[in-house]
Amino acid sequence: MNQRGKFRLEIDPSGKESPWWVTVLAVVLAFGLVAVFIAATGKNPGAVYAKMLGGAFGTEFGLTETLVKAIPLMLCGLGVSLAYRIQVWNIGAEGQFVAGALAATAVTIYLPGLPFWIALPLMLTVGMLAGAVWGLFTALPKVLFNVNELIISLMLNYVALLALDFFVFGPWRDPAGMNFPGTRPFTAEESLPVLGATRLHFGLILGLLAVALAAAFVKTTRWGYELRLIGANPEAARHAGINIRGHIVVVMLLSGGLAGIAGMAEVSGVTHRLLYGISPGYGYTAIIVAWIARLNPFGIVVSAVLFGGLIVGGYSVQTLGLPSSISSLLQGSVLFFLIAGSILGKVRVRWN
Amino acid sequence: MDETLAVDLRQITKQFGTTLANDHVNFQVRKGEIHALLGENGAGKSTVMCMLSGVYRPTSGEILLNGAVARIHSPKDAVKLGVGMVFQNFRLVPSLTAAENIVLGETHQVWRTKAWMARKTAEIEALATRFGLPFNAGRQVWQLSVGEQQRVEIVKTLYRGAELIILDEPTSVLTPGEADQLFVTLQQLRSEGKTVILTTHKLKEVMAVADRISVMRKGKMLATLDRSATDEREVARLMVGQDRQEPRPRKARLKGPTLLDMRNLVVIGDHGRHALEDFHMTIHEGEIVGIAGVAGNGQKELAEVLAGLRMWKSGTITFRDTKWKGASVRHSIESGISHVPENRMKSGLAGSLGSVDNLLVKSYRTPARSKMGFLRHAENRLWSQGLVEQFDVKTAHLDAPVHHMSGGNQQKLLFAREIHQRPHLMVAVHPSQGLDVGATDGVHNLLMTLRDEGKSVLLISEDLDELLLLSDRIVVLFGGRVMGEVTHDAADREHLGMMMAGVV
Ligand SMILES: Nc1ncnc2c1ncn2[C@@H]1O[C@H](COP(=O)(O)OP(=O)(O)OP(=O)(O)O)[C@@H](O)[C@H]1O
Ligand SMILES: [Mg+2]
Repeated sequence: MNQRGKFRLEIDPSGKESPWWVTVLAVVLAFGLVAVFIAATGKNPGAVYAKMLGGAFGTEFGLTETLVKAIPLMLCGLGVSLAYRIQVWNIGAEGQFVAGALAATAVTIYLPGLPFWIALPLMLTVGMLAGAVWGLFTALPKVLFNVNELIISLMLNYVALLALDFFVFGPWRDPAGMNFPGTRPFTAEESLPVLGATRLHFGLILGLLAVALAAAFVKTTRWGYELRLIGANPEAARHAGINIRGHIVVVMLLSGGLAGIAGMAEVSGVTHRLLYGISPGYGYTAIIVAWIARLNPFGIVVSAVLFGGLIVGGYSVQTLGLPSSISSLLQGSVLFFLIAGSILGKVRVRWN
Repeated sequence: MDETLAVDLRQITKQFGTTLANDHVNFQVRKGEIHALLGENGAGKSTVMCMLSGVYRPTSGEILLNGAVARIHSPKDAVKLGVGMVFQNFRLVPSLTAAENIVLGETHQVWRTKAWMARKTAEIEALATRFGLPFNAGRQVWQLSVGEQQRVEIVKTLYRGAELIILDEPTSVLTPGEADQLFVTLQQLRSEGKTVILTTHKLKEVMAVADRISVMRKGKMLATLDRSATDEREVARLMVGQDRQEPRPRKARLKGPTLLDMRNLVVIGDHGRHALEDFHMTIHEGEIVGIAGVAGNGQKELAEVLAGLRMWKSGTITFRDTKWKGASVRHSIESGISHVPENRMKSGLAGSLGSVDNLLVKSYRTPARSKMGFLRHAENRLWSQGLVEQFDVKTAHLDAPVHHMSGGNQQKLLFAREIHQRPHLMVAVHPSQGLDVGATDGVHNLLMTLRDEGKSVLLISEDLDELLLLSDRIVVLFGGRVMGEVTHDAADREHLGMMMAGVV
């Protein structure tokens, strides 16, 4: 036996799914790559990562903040994962999130003074519907005219963000806000309940509930089976008499609706008003969250918490004199290595 | 060390998880011979070929090429060692021309100027002509027929300098005429000193073309025989381990009431031309109607119309006394029409899903399989287990993705799904494609049983033997029209051949 024959690589052409270790490796490589950049600024990468870890998970404050960030990631990530299951490349969670936030805020603006038991369910419903409609705007051109959903959903993000700017700088600006681009603060009746003295709000329960429901439905229902079949082989699904266009519409309504709920939960649970730049890119990060989890609903809970931690950890290293954009750098690298890994994933490591 | 052996496998074992695909296989191929590798479905033939071409690596054992130990770690290594493989599902890029596909992956030429490409095209065409493999090198691959695409694949291996050419079930996708042409090419290759290994389930072809025959069963190599010293019967017995099943005696047919009536049908094909033109056909209950014809004369479109996948332009379709209003897959399924499509992995099965999900494709809406929108998980597993056993589908376990199954076992799974519900009409396109002799007999008997139960079969096949064996009537299609019709007893091979060619 030759010396280097302990490990060997093997190409499995039938392997459509990359093995789990590709995901882990992608994360490890991303941290390795960013370590080079940190080292280039003269800092010790190990210390920086330790600080991030401590900041995100080491204290009760850090942990609840991490979970607060994980809520929108979880909801948006679950939403896009449903679309990705049937190969609809929805990258419009950002816009759907903003649409939900706008609609929920509209309730507080136009119907002020409602009791919480009307205000909150109403905000949740219109937020979800607005996100769903935003998703529908992507689905309809796709199923009717075969327009590429990547382009429409991306464009609709800008439409939603510009609408947000219009309202917070224009008609909805709080007159008492000293020219600050935001609405008046929500009343307690319009705010989601929080856990004790933390900022962790009811949205976490909504998110976990959505994940559990989605997982159960995909696994046990006929609808979920149809999604699986479309995802695995659309041509076989057509031969089974499955209405693929109908599924695209329904899935985009759900996908947008989930992001809409996230938008509602963010304004009602965290910021308590609609703000300029309400989302630090949750809708985009959610795409990575979904892929890291390989579209598995429970995996999305884990990866959403990890990415929430990444964002919070990014803030905590600011005290070391590093910009918080370090977390964006990490996110981008993870995605890069994941995509590379899905190609290299056909290679199997064998132990001789 | 034996210089006369092109291939010498020594004690090769290949394990996939718990499946032992090859079990201490010894296999020797002489230089300049055509060697047929035979065996039942799942015997491990494709696995042997994939190890020679660098797709898989053996778990243990040694591969010798031309007398020297070969390290084949990737398809690239195999090409360097002069091994070329033609896979069953071709690996060509449809939007590139044939010539571009062949030079694809050539790394030492960065700039692909027009002049360079023209030179290469000429070179390729010369090579193709020398081996009697005509195709238009400047055409995009999607415009070529299946037979032509296969020629492109063979020329690609020759262009890369292959001395050993491996073909996995090359004839299962070809018409009989194309297959004959392929055999002429193989003989030409042999006369130029190339070595050929091929698999097929058609013993007639083996007897016609192979010099030596190796038989595998359950991962083991049983024997290597000289063609001249054996016969079909012996080979079949070796493969299956027993004599072939006697075909079910054909019972006299009671002509039942009309099941399907198609009149003045006009159907537009994929490229906008008329695929079926003024088409008439009636099928009665309890009969097998064969459709004979060279591929591309409207068979595919006929099957698709019945499966509800394709709309017709004019004419009427009446099925079980109901006139159809339009094409609907669900309506076809619910009225009891099943469909075995011609390309199992493209439209029949979902490769990454397991056996249960693939068996459910046609029946998941029925009350037996789901209730109020929820699948009956436990029942469905039990039911799938039953079908897998009944139809002798070999799979590691129920959840193993079906693309890990051998080609013949995939076909069995598909056939099981389509027949077990006792459809009123079974539209079967090449139902025994890729099946071994035993499984083919099994499929034939099941179709005959279905007929004897008063159900009907529309059998679309290019295999005249199969059509003659099973059909009560054979309808010949040419250019989208019915050229003629013969009954089982009056069927005559020569006459059929003339009609298929559009002569009479
Ligand atoms: N990639 C794989 N992963 C797991 N099992 C596999 C894989 N490829 C083949 N097998 C298993 O190995 C065995 C041999 O398969 P192989 O494809 O070599 O059979 P075959 O002789 O070519 O059969 P057929 O005539 O049906 O094509 C089968 O039991 C099959 O399920
Ligand atoms: Mg095979």
